Amino acid sequence: MARLKTVGQSWRNCSVTRVGSRCLSGALLKVENLFCERDDRVLFDGLSFEVGSGEVVQIEGANGSGKTTLLRILSGLSRNYEGDLYWRGEPLAAVREQFHRELLYFGHQPGVKALLTPEENLRWYCALHPSLDPARVMEALEQVGLRGFEDVPCHMLSAGQHRRVSLARLYLSDAPLWILDEPFTAIDKRGVAAKEALIGRHIARGGSVVLTTHQDLQSLGAVRAINLDQQSGT
Amino acid sequence: MADLSTNPATDSRMEHRTLGAGGLFVAALKRDLMLSLRRKSELVNPLIFFLMVITLFPLGVSPEPGFLAELAPGVLWVAALLATLLSMDSLFRTDFDDGSLEQLLLSPQPLFVVVLAKVLAHWMLTGLALTLVAPVIAVMLFLPAEGMLGLMLSLLLGTPTLSLVGAIGAALTVGLRKGGVLISLLVLPLYIPVLIFGTGAVQAAVTGLPLGGYLALLGALLALGVTLAPLAISAALRISVSG
Amino acid sequence: MPRWFYQLASPRWCYQITGRLLPGFSIVALLLLLGGTVWALAFAPADYQQGNSFRIIYLHVPSAILAQSCYMLMAVAGAIGLIWKMKVADMVAKSCAPIGATMAVLALLTGAIWGKPTWGSWWVWDARLTSMLILFFLYLGVMALNSAIESESTAAQASAVLALVGLVNIPIIKYSVEWWNTLHQPATFKLTEKPAMPAEMWLPLLVMVIGFYCFFAVSLMMRLRNEILRRERRSGWVRDLLLSK
Repeated sequence: MARLKTVGQSWRNCSVTRVGSRCLSGALLKVENLFCERDDRVLFDGLSFEVGSGEVVQIEGANGSGKTTLLRILSGLSRNYEGDLYWRGEPLAAVREQFHRELLYFGHQPGVKALLTPEENLRWYCALHPSLDPARVMEALEQVGLRGFEDVPCHMLSAGQHRRVSLARLYLSDAPLWILDEPFTAIDKRGVAAKEALIGRHIARGGSVVLTTHQDLQSLGAVRAINLDQQSGT
Repeated sequence: MADLSTNPATDSRMEHRTLGAGGLFVAALKRDLMLSLRRKSELVNPLIFFLMVITLFPLGVSPEPGFLAELAPGVLWVAALLATLLSMDSLFRTDFDDGSLEQLLLSPQPLFVVVLAKVLAHWMLTGLALTLVAPVIAVMLFLPAEGMLGLMLSLLLGTPTLSLVGAIGAALTVGLRKGGVLISLLVLPLYIPVLIFGTGAVQAAVTGLPLGGYLALLGALLALGVTLAPLAISAALRISVSG
Repeated sequence: MPRWFYQLASPRWCYQITGRLLPGFSIVALLLLLGGTVWALAFAPADYQQGNSFRIIYLHVPSAILAQSCYMLMAVAGAIGLIWKMKVADMVAKSCAPIGATMAVLALLTGAIWGKPTWGSWWVWDARLTSMLILFFLYLGVMALNSAIESESTAAQASAVLALVGLVNIPIIKYSVEWWNTLHQPATFKLTEKPAMPAEMWLPLLVMVIGFYCFFAVSLMMRLRNEILRRERRSGWVRDLLLSK
């Protein structure tokens, strides 16, 4: 069924005979021949790249070039695309559950309930990801500087603190792949430095990161950039 | 620190602790109830709506007791149905707006468990509440005392189905800014069987006929709803978030 | 999966094959509908109870049957589109909805016209008419959802889920409405459940039903071709097609 689905995704070009190749080693996530259009505009066509372990991939492009759309496709949220995605060499559709176990997605909306406290929010995140240890929630809140605010409802926190509740998930997480959409917005300078250090630690452990940001990420060293502006053709 | 690049299938890191489906269900139920209880003002809205719609009928038709008593089963059921429908739109809306729904869809945990818990929480605060206040309001419509048991039992078995089916509509329209009217268009035709058997049960109770058949039919609809609706809701949520 | 399944999935192939089928189906539909109408109105015997007014069943019954099968096709096409991400199936499902809704309206109108001489009023809450009305509502819901969602593929998937939910519900609705009807109007005169209609009466009806199906196929193919051209307007083959004319 999975095979059929990938064929289905390439029907646009009527290329029935194509055979998907599997990536062999190294790459955690592999993207092959990705095509996506939105509102009659081709965002990217024939986009292929790999994300290996210990690698930071930065998606660049002007506003509206499809950065968020690409991240949503990679995370499995959006299915309006054609092309093939592989996770550890397997077609992503076939290993979705395992993929979600190993993924941390940080989107535009923080995924934080305003009526719940930071602690309740993170405990729910642990319930959704059973491999996480709820005992470490307090530690993660301390890391993002929210110790003392753990039982204040989130709607009483400032915008930056609100965002940091969501960022605390990065300290909790044991997922190898992080997909981060603008993780540095509404965060002060010190916070940004801490986040960069965190990403640095993550890749040093062999994890990988795909992110979009307007921030310069020079402190991380080897950052691979993928520019979507060159992708969108006709 | 463990090396993250290895496949966790061969890694002991995963054996922290597993939250079974039951634990997840309870956690999700608690969370949704807590969220609703912290928004107290919205909690009673369906009940007030129910009462107001009921008030319209004596005013609009006739306050004559005999006439109202005859109308009562249908009016009570229609009002309960509309009150449920009205509360449906908010079921996934806040989760969609603040990104919680995205996180839920990206969880390795089974989605239908959380969906069922959310629908149950919704029902406890609307359908169950409506069932409990229905006898009081039924008195205002002069429903004979013999009909009360039928009314409560039929609402108890029928309103969960309304919540389940309504949740499909809510999931399909959650990505739209103005889902409110659309959801009624999608869901109302699907509510008709529940309405027919529900009012049938109350009428049977009033006239002293056996209730069993009606309740069995409502129960069958509920069983079908519990098994199939979570599938449709999950699929609809994935589609809505994807779009 | 056989090769034709993949070919069917290609909009271009679909456009070409429907283009070849369309003239034949149109002629057959026209002949059947014309022949059936003449046969039904002029040659079939009058009903011993209702006289000539019964002849409206030659429109009412085919449109009612078609309204139901069209919903089935819409749901099945939607399911295929959902499972195999097949664009053409989405387009078929989308093209089905307005045709089915029109058929439901036709069935309701002819039912009302038939009701006047038979029951003495334009509308009676008869089980069949009520079910047809609800089916019409289901069509409206699918169409409303489809037009409310901007993204084409999301709209197709959401309508497919709704159509499938409706498909599961249709038998339940039909049963519940019939049951409700017998409860409230115990001895109504059933219009279409005549014991043994004579062959001179049902043969023209059969011709009309087949004619309606052919007409349905024609209008579905025409809508589908429009939809294909609209969706594929930026692809090369559509451009070539338009330039060559």
